[in-house]
Amino acid sequence: MRRDRGSHPPAYAPGYKTSVLRSPRAALLSIEPGPLELSRPVFGTEAIGPLDHNLIRNFAAANGLQGEALGPRIVVHGRVVDQNGRPVPHGLIEIWQANAAGKYRHVKDGYRAPLDPQFGGCGRCLTDADGRYQFFTIQPGPYPWPNNGSEWRPAHIHLSLFGIAFAQRLVTQVYFEGDPLIPLCPIANTVGDPVAVDRMTAKLDMARQGPFDHLTYRFDMVLRGARQTFFETRPEGM
Amino acid sequence: MPIDPLKETPSQTAGPFVHIGFAPHRAGFAMPFDTGSPRAHAVGERIVLTGQVLDGSGAPVTDAVVELVQADAAGAVGDKAIWLRSPIEPETACYRFETVRPGAIGDGCAAYVTLWIFARGVNIHLETRAYFPEDTDAPATDPVLSRIEQRHRVETLIATADGPGQYRFDIRLQGERETVFLDV
Repeated sequence: MRRDRGSHPPAYAPGYKTSVLRSPRAALLSIEPGPLELSRPVFGTEAIGPLDHNLIRNFAAANGLQGEALGPRIVVHGRVVDQNGRPVPHGLIEIWQANAAGKYRHVKDGYRAPLDPQFGGCGRCLTDADGRYQFFTIQPGPYPWPNNGSEWRPAHIHLSLFGIAFAQRLVTQVYFEGDPLIPLCPIANTVGDPVAVDRMTAKLDMARQGPFDHLTYRFDMVLRGARQTFFETRPEGM
Repeated sequence: MPIDPLKETPSQTAGPFVHIGFAPHRAGFAMPFDTGSPRAHAVGERIVLTGQVLDGSGAPVTDAVVELVQADAAGAVGDKAIWLRSPIEPETACYRFETVRPGAIGDGCAAYVTLWIFARGVNIHLETRAYFPEDTDAPATDPVLSRIEQRHRVETLIATADGPGQYRFDIRLQGERETVFLDV
């Protein structure tokens, strides 16, 4: 089905200043997805490794260290479905984030907070046959950024998704329930209303905590749906 | 009342630190898994596609990541479709893909590669296509190019030859020669 642009932030969102010169002025040219856009992503990269979904350990392990990242230990889990409620099986989710102090492991991050020598800040996982996923990480910290003077990003994790067709491609950010910085954030608020912000907010899932180990947050995601059809066995247009 | 499908999860900008997830070498470290290579290993005529992403003032966007999706050399898609990823590299301020010349997919479409742009300040990724200058009929016959009402904008979707098998395709996010972006 058509991408509902009303679900997404507009390209031009002047409250987020960088968007001003990076947003097209002409209307997008609407075209129907073709065989390429409906193709299933195949990456040709190596299979997902056993620690790829564990940001607490994967950077240290890759550097021959035994330790674990500092910060509140969390699991983020949920289900990825399409707009018709059907699970998105075996989709790739890529993950990146700041450390518990709000510092990114990136040459361009000038924030004074320290790096964590045990934390890289990236990972990846696949959804299972029922669209479910989970990854282990530490809760990232908030951090300041220049926009209207010093503004503060709420704690967030960047997520990149490939579904069962290229046309479902999505990059988003997940915020955490109850963070008082969310309503103040010009980037979160590019989506326009609190209901849409809530669709990017993970909920505390106490029933799924790891006792004496980690808190758990649930975050379900919705990708574009295929066109509804009576001929369910035949792949149809997005 | 019409039946409403679920709402898609909203997009958010990939931000200035997108490289941590998409190209750790540009963030300054390495991870053991490959998060995308700008080089296709498919069979076919080798081509290089490179270019800048420019903002509305004409300045190069140096923190973007570009992804490419295309048919293989025979025009096959499905599990033969090629996906690649390239950050803007600081030395050149360009993305750069080493790939194979795509075949036309069929139905009168000229051969093309799809490009997605992810960057700080880009709230939902932008999608465009690069067609090839050798396909001189494409502006009139391709179902997408022929639909562009402002005919002078068609050229924003056609790469320029820059030597044998070398193509240049600059992407202008805004301004006088703004690239045509697609809602697919």
